[in-house]
Amino acid sequence: MGKFLLHRVGYLVLLAMVATVVAYLLAATQLHPRSRYEGRNPAPAEAVVDQRLTELNMNDKTPLVERFGTWAKGVAHGDLGKTVDGESVNTEMSRRMWVSLRLMLIGSILGTLLGVVAGAYGAIKQRKWSDQTLTVISFVLLSVPTVVLAVLVKNAGIWFNQVSGNESTPLLFTTGEITPGMDTWSWAGIGDRVGHLVLPTIVLAIGVNGFAFYSRYQRNSMLDVLGSDFLRTAQAKGLRRWSALTRHGLRTALIPMATFFSYQFALLFVGATFTEKIFGWHGMGEYFVDSITKNDTNSTAGVTLFVAVLVLIAGLLSDVVYAALDPRVRAS
Amino acid sequence: MTVVTDTVTDTDVVSRSVSRNRLVLRRFLSQRLAVAGVVVVLLLIALAYLGPIFYPWKYDQLDFQAFQSPPSPAHWFGTYQTGGDVFARTLRGLQKSLVIGLLGALFSTALAAAAGAFAGYFRGATDTVVRVVTDLMLVLPGFLIIAIFSSALRDGSWLLFIVLLAGFQWMITARVVRGLTQSLREREFVQAARFMGVPGWKIILRHILPNMASLLIIDATVGVSSIILAEVGLSFFGFGVQPPDVSLGTLIADGAGAALTNWWQFDFVAGVLVLLVLAVNLVGDGLRDALDPNSEIEGAK
Amino acid sequence: MVAPVPAPGPAGSRESDGVEPLLRVEDLSVTFRSGAGPVTAVRGISYDVRPGEVLGIVGESGSGKSVSSLAVMGLLPGTATITGSATFQGRQLLGLGDKQISRIRGSRLAMVFQDPLSALTPVYTVGDQIAETIRVHQGLRRDAARERAIELLDLVGIPNPRQRSKSFPHEFSGGMRQRVMIAMAIANDPALIIADEPTTALDVTIQAQILEVLQTAREVTGAAIIMITHDLGVIAGFADRMMVMYAGRVVESGVVETVYQQPRMPYTMGLLGSIPRLDAGERQALTPIEGVPPSMVSLPVGCPFAPRCPMRIDSCEQTEPALLGVVSDDAGHLAACHRSEEIARDGLTNTDVFVATTVPEAPPAARLPREQRPVVLEVRDLVKEYPLTTGGLLRRKAGSLQAVAGVSFDIREGETLGLVGESGCGKTTTIMEILELAKPTSGTIAVLGKDTAAMSGKERFAIRRDLQVVFQDPMASLDPRLPVSDILAEPMITHGVPAAERDRRIRDLLRLVGLRPEHADRYPAKFSGGQRQRIGIARALALEPKVLVLDEPVSALDVSIQAGVINLLDRLKAELGLSYLFVAHDLSVVRHIADRVAVMYLGRIVEIGTADQVFENPTHPYTQALLSAIPLPDPVKERSRRRILLTGDLPSAANPPSGCRFRTRCSTFAHQLDDDRRRRCLDESPELTGAETTGEDHEVACHYPAPAAVI
Repeated sequence: MGKFLLHRVGYLVLLAMVATVVAYLLAATQLHPRSRYEGRNPAPAEAVVDQRLTELNMNDKTPLVERFGTWAKGVAHGDLGKTVDGESVNTEMSRRMWVSLRLMLIGSILGTLLGVVAGAYGAIKQRKWSDQTLTVISFVLLSVPTVVLAVLVKNAGIWFNQVSGNESTPLLFTTGEITPGMDTWSWAGIGDRVGHLVLPTIVLAIGVNGFAFYSRYQRNSMLDVLGSDFLRTAQAKGLRRWSALTRHGLRTALIPMATFFSYQFALLFVGATFTEKIFGWHGMGEYFVDSITKNDTNSTAGVTLFVAVLVLIAGLLSDVVYAALDPRVRAS
Repeated sequence: MTVVTDTVTDTDVVSRSVSRNRLVLRRFLSQRLAVAGVVVVLLLIALAYLGPIFYPWKYDQLDFQAFQSPPSPAHWFGTYQTGGDVFARTLRGLQKSLVIGLLGALFSTALAAAAGAFAGYFRGATDTVVRVVTDLMLVLPGFLIIAIFSSALRDGSWLLFIVLLAGFQWMITARVVRGLTQSLREREFVQAARFMGVPGWKIILRHILPNMASLLIIDATVGVSSIILAEVGLSFFGFGVQPPDVSLGTLIADGAGAALTNWWQFDFVAGVLVLLVLAVNLVGDGLRDALDPNSEIEGAK
Repeated sequence: MVAPVPAPGPAGSRESDGVEPLLRVEDLSVTFRSGAGPVTAVRGISYDVRPGEVLGIVGESGSGKSVSSLAVMGLLPGTATITGSATFQGRQLLGLGDKQISRIRGSRLAMVFQDPLSALTPVYTVGDQIAETIRVHQGLRRDAARERAIELLDLVGIPNPRQRSKSFPHEFSGGMRQRVMIAMAIANDPALIIADEPTTALDVTIQAQILEVLQTAREVTGAAIIMITHDLGVIAGFADRMMVMYAGRVVESGVVETVYQQPRMPYTMGLLGSIPRLDAGERQALTPIEGVPPSMVSLPVGCPFAPRCPMRIDSCEQTEPALLGVVSDDAGHLAACHRSEEIARDGLTNTDVFVATTVPEAPPAARLPREQRPVVLEVRDLVKEYPLTTGGLLRRKAGSLQAVAGVSFDIREGETLGLVGESGCGKTTTIMEILELAKPTSGTIAVLGKDTAAMSGKERFAIRRDLQVVFQDPMASLDPRLPVSDILAEPMITHGVPAAERDRRIRDLLRLVGLRPEHADRYPAKFSGGQRQRIGIARALALEPKVLVLDEPVSALDVSIQAGVINLLDRLKAELGLSYLFVAHDLSVVRHIADRVAVMYLGRIVEIGTADQVFENPTHPYTQALLSAIPLPDPVKERSRRRILLTGDLPSAANPPSGCRFRTRCSTFAHQLDDDRRRRCLDESPELTGAETTGEDHEVACHYPAPAAVI
């Protein structure tokens, strides 16, 4: 068993490495850090730019092989290189991942719980009006891109502040995670954080990765279980319909959801690109976009490594969750 | 030994052999929402391609009499700051998004079917290769990789963009196809073909893929909406369709900033987008119920 | 959905012997909505179950036998409309609310389902599932209920019950799971147990065990049992009274002995005549019932059996006969037939009513002595090993599993070898190895004298013409998306038969297997199971092969259909001079069709010889147990038989017992041998030998063979 696990982890590590190398090579050939200096006024001297780019290991005049070698050597020592602004990629990421976690934790948990409950309930009430209402709601939400949802929620927040008459001292903040200068550890600071969290949490909870998604899948998975023989057995031995449905039905219908739970959980650190961008949180999701728009080769490769590792952890986690939920998997 | 026949007369033959298709059609038509979805999709396609013929403003035309003007009889959806007509551009964007969605879904489903079926049927080395490639693609952040290529897309090659979108969409379906192929492979009609000497590729084309047609049709339909959504996401940050081309994604990006003040620049496009995706999703769900009443949950690994 | 009608008073024809019935079902009908219109699966049936008795309900698939019981239990989905009445211990069951029916279900009225794997919740231990049943009704504390569950597991014969109660359902074999289901059913001392095909998914030796457990359960609880099955043999041995269902109706009912000996309804007669019988010495001809059961969507007006009935008269097509007592018979024998009085008066039997086919004469080639006929298929010391691997990308071998461990047999021209054994014995692996035409792990396979290991790709392709296969499941063996003409053309296209000849041949083939040439345009879904199996046979014959491998070709078919296909196979063999390798778990069918029989156990052949020798003079203890486990469709014989019960389950092929593979379950080893003689079984694997027995063509792999008649 231990050997098997070691083997699997080895394969996953290899995958992550290949993914990162691919991303680095693509970024190094497709992105142009030099263009950042081209539009400047006054134009910096080419030698200065060259020197700066070489410091960052992003000089396109250095052969790709050489740049790759330098980068790979750094990565081997745990150093992902420097961003275009000269910061350490490691520092940047270790700061941003916690921002993402703070943003996403509550919204994700809320969305998952609501979705699972609504999905299971809808399946039990199949074709009744409550199921149909839930279905319509989840279908509409599934069809609204996060971008649109985030913009709409943000504007609704601004509108709410306007009508409630406290535009200058808003209850719901639409930008950032805390008002600058606020003390995090005071009561006011916590209140301020909550105020910043409400709107993005709504987006995350009801959007395509939250309620809308889970309610559809949980409903399907529950429907599959509803026709099964063991539910009939549970009733045949005298369980009331409702306890048969929850004790035997829902418990079993959660098994196929293991994958989704694990991915959702592990990817909390990866952040939510659109929500972060639109609500101005400086997490990993924002870093995604910025690394490309800033032509930042090292950040791009770093982000890829980060995502790859988390995806792989999610995969392992899902195996563990599966085994925890399903004794049939545990045996093999 | 007497001949055993049932009581079916030969006139029944024709009517019964089409009965599966008819049954599927009847099941589909009985779902009002799905039918509404089809109607909406058809109307949107008609609007996208016929609309520009009748509407006076072209998408690249600027009206210097009306900057930033709200909806009016002259400009149905209002205008942009530059005087561009929102309705004309929405139709143009709708065209592009439809093409991207349809082609992308087609590519992705075809790729998934081919990779999954070959891996599942031939097993061994083919399977290993497909599995490693699938795993690798799942590990790579698709959004980021496509974004890296955005500068290459600036040369106007939206076809490459579609290939990229499809290239990051097929993996989960391929796994499902692979699993189904493995079970179909052990089905007796496939074994019968094998034991009479029919070559593997022929068995895949003739027996395996046709028998998962329902899955593939459903996957392609659902794929349309997810590709459209992916395009919107990428274009929002300027990583997708590049100017002078417009898509629903670029229009959303253009309008998002003005959504509160000049609502018509955002709300109409967003409305059309949501309507399109919703309609396609409803069609997909209706197809699933009609083709595959006992379908497994798709995508669960 | 449930609308109980006022009870119409006991039907006049029903016997009333003073005993208050435990369950009285009156005029029960069940209707489902379907895409094609409402389907009335059960059409007004009435019956009584008295305390402590066993009522057998027999019928083919779709006859409504299971639906009627689920309706009584209140376990049908909400889409079903139920009318009529079901009084259990004086209480009306139909129309009870969830709360009231839940109190009765599982306590006084219990049920055992067919498929014990899907019927147990996969995520809870068996101990907890039994304990739950107890706690729901008796309000016991958790640990007390657990203790009681362990006692129950012990009662139903699960070894190490304390330890095994912590296992999950998937860790149990099919037979063990069914024992758990029974433990659950008797947990609250029910008055009535409904057993819905409780042994259908199981092998015969396991079936015998489970029937024994049910008998124990009955003795312990004193419960009455409703036994639903399609197996007339099971009913013969187990039930006191029986009813036969057809198209949602009871068509005959009465005391078991009476119904078997004097069936008064042609369907029952046909059913009894169409089963191949283990106890028939020479080959008897089977009498198939023509046609297929009617579609429940559009039933004809008259008797639903009329279209298939050789005795039908005009009134059969106009009015549906009521279930009435047969005047000359004992009270309580009811039949639904316009002509049952006639049948009783004239003493008509199966062969009077149904046209018996004659057993076709053997082809000239097969009349030669066996040694003079050429060998068409030869298997020598065949071994098939599967590597046991660890998962992951680079699979690593962790051991191996010998699914087939040295099997040898040959088939000569014009003969049928029956390869029998229970699931897991390696018979399927053996034929797959033959059909692959690849080099086996070790040993040789030679088809028509050519060694598969030495074949070139071209030769292998060519030899496929001569070696064809018919599969078990007629649903799965035809591609549902192709019309029959394409299905039949596929082998011919592959092997380059010209188009013009193909069309002619397709017509000929369809005629040959008893279908019509017009059928070529239809899709498989349009045919019944039996017809589909005929198409499968036609496809196998398309290239005029010499050897047919038949993998359980009739086991998925209803009995009334089975007989027709068996007769067809008999006829084709005689007409075309084919040789068959006939794989089956149903020994009665093999008894009927095979010239020679090989019995497999855990990857080895334990006994091989002529069918007469093996069946009449079985010498290996496993063969004896296997034969004795098969229930005979004859109540008198069945009840007087001595049954050799095998203990436990089949050992794992990954870790087979040392020496003789059968010794762990062998009654000779367990009861008749002293330690010295046992040593040989422990150390030495027995080889097939014929020296100890008298028969010429009869070999047994046992150190201490002792022939015994068991049928």
